[in-house]
Amino acid sequence: MRDSAALAGAAPATRASRGIGEAAAAWVLCAPAGLALFALLLGPSAALLVLSFSDWELGAPELAWIGLGNYVELTTDPVFRIALRNTLIYVGVVMPASIGLGLGVALLVEGGSRLRATFRAIYFLPVVSLLVAMATAWQYLLHPTIGPVNRLLALLGISPINWLGSSDWVMVSLCMIGVWENLGFVVVLFMAGLTAIPRELYAAAELDGARSAMDRFRLVTWPLLGPTTLFVVTITAIRCLRVFDTVQALTRGGPNNASQVLLHAMYQEGFSYFRIGYSAAITVVFLAIVLLLMLVQTRILDRRVHYS
Amino acid sequence: MRPGEERSLLHDLPRLALLGLGACFILLPYVWMFAASLKPGSEIFRDSLTLWPERFYAIENYGKALSEVPMLRFLFNGALVCALILVFQMLFAVPAAYALAKLRWRGREFLFGLIMLGLLIPYHVPALPLYVVFARAGLLDSFAALVLPFTISVFGIFLFRQAFKSLPDELIHAARMDGMSELSIVWRVIMPNAWPAATAFATFSIVAHWNDLFWPLIVVQSHAMATPALGVLFFRAEEAGNDVGALMAAAVMVTAPMIILFLLAQRRFIQGIATAGLKG
Repeated sequence: MRDSAALAGAAPATRASRGIGEAAAAWVLCAPAGLALFALLLGPSAALLVLSFSDWELGAPELAWIGLGNYVELTTDPVFRIALRNTLIYVGVVMPASIGLGLGVALLVEGGSRLRATFRAIYFLPVVSLLVAMATAWQYLLHPTIGPVNRLLALLGISPINWLGSSDWVMVSLCMIGVWENLGFVVVLFMAGLTAIPRELYAAAELDGARSAMDRFRLVTWPLLGPTTLFVVTITAIRCLRVFDTVQALTRGGPNNASQVLLHAMYQEGFSYFRIGYSAAITVVFLAIVLLLMLVQTRILDRRVHYS
Repeated sequence: MRPGEERSLLHDLPRLALLGLGACFILLPYVWMFAASLKPGSEIFRDSLTLWPERFYAIENYGKALSEVPMLRFLFNGALVCALILVFQMLFAVPAAYALAKLRWRGREFLFGLIMLGLLIPYHVPALPLYVVFARAGLLDSFAALVLPFTISVFGIFLFRQAFKSLPDELIHAARMDGMSELSIVWRVIMPNAWPAATAFATFSIVAHWNDLFWPLIVVQSHAMATPALGVLFFRAEEAGNDVGALMAAAVMVTAPMIILFLLAQRRFIQGIATAGLKG
């Protein structure tokens, strides 16, 4: 079939046979990816949705269809409620903090030419670093007795804080590590957006009386950065929603579920307690939030005029 | 503050100071991790903030991290898994992306719609059913389990389709005139002209899978199959894991490969991961 496609191109064949050859070649070329797409992504995702309506536990001989039973249980499950609340807090803190600081850093880095590449590389470092390993480094830094952070605070006369072991501080610590982890990602995306803004616009704004840096930011940078910002907000929010590695490495949801998050609750239910149906329902909630964020982004993009 | 404007060093100082302060926060865990990996336990536990070790203990710490658990095996597993995943992703994604970008056929819009749908689904979603299937097939704790779920990269298809679309059609017409099959056009004509997309995708894929914890945590049970991310957790769970210096040495060893690669090819890395933001 592929040979015929090649021949059809070589010889002055009719349009119709050329089209058939091209279609056949296309199907052959797409077959591996198409099959894998169904077998490994779309099929299992559909299966997950179906399983969320069952009470199946791994190893159990039978399963029963319980309709929305799992979802009803979720509404009264205290662990899930904490997980959902913590995840939303995490997104609500880490996303705006990373974006605010990231925009500031990007503006500063782009604001001059000295050490630009060096700073960009430093801020990007956490994005390529193995998060579990860096989490153990944070664990040492934040250790209540031997940790350098508490020792530094002691020099300032502040009594030691149990950063990861007390339920008051554990989310604060995880959020701080979250900002550390996401900042560089935001910086790089904003830097790309900033370099796309035409220089002449700043000169024009200055002629029109935008004297201060603040005026120029308000009149030129911020509006032109709009589409980038929307994109960065969505991506960062989704990255934050997926928080798992630091929780698994540092707290396992503890102490006393104080740092439980959605994916970790899903992991525990599914892979520690083997409650497949219930874990599937948590995953569906997670997916629903991701899709909702994407939907909001598309809606805003559709409504907004594109700057060209 | 106008972008790109050149200023005197004195005027530039506030900017450099602010950026330097932020950079300290970013570098904090790296500096302490590395410093602790060179120190004996007695110095780590002593109440002091000095970074440089009085007694150089690197050989003992790194030696312990290498001998208590098969650390080199973890690193080898990580490299092998990343390489296998990348090869299969390219093998599957590149021909499909070519068909979607350059061939006219019925079903193209439909398949592309499915790809876009796939882009919306985080990989944690199919994990549970895939785990059940792998468990039933007796495939847990194997390279197959570590590699198979990631052989399809919808993001890869999307990225390569964009790149191929901008290549001129004449390239393909000329190759067909020479009697090349569509498959050899893909690998011998299209790919060599799309290296920027390929390297961007490769860096993104390698970083993502070297650093992944979620899936290896689910399917791996033995030390022999552990990837670097899992290796750190295994080491910490051992008795030696209470030895902070050795634990930091282990952390340095699993983090270093990606950081070295990044420092060697910064531009490609940043480009690859920034474009990958699309996938979220």
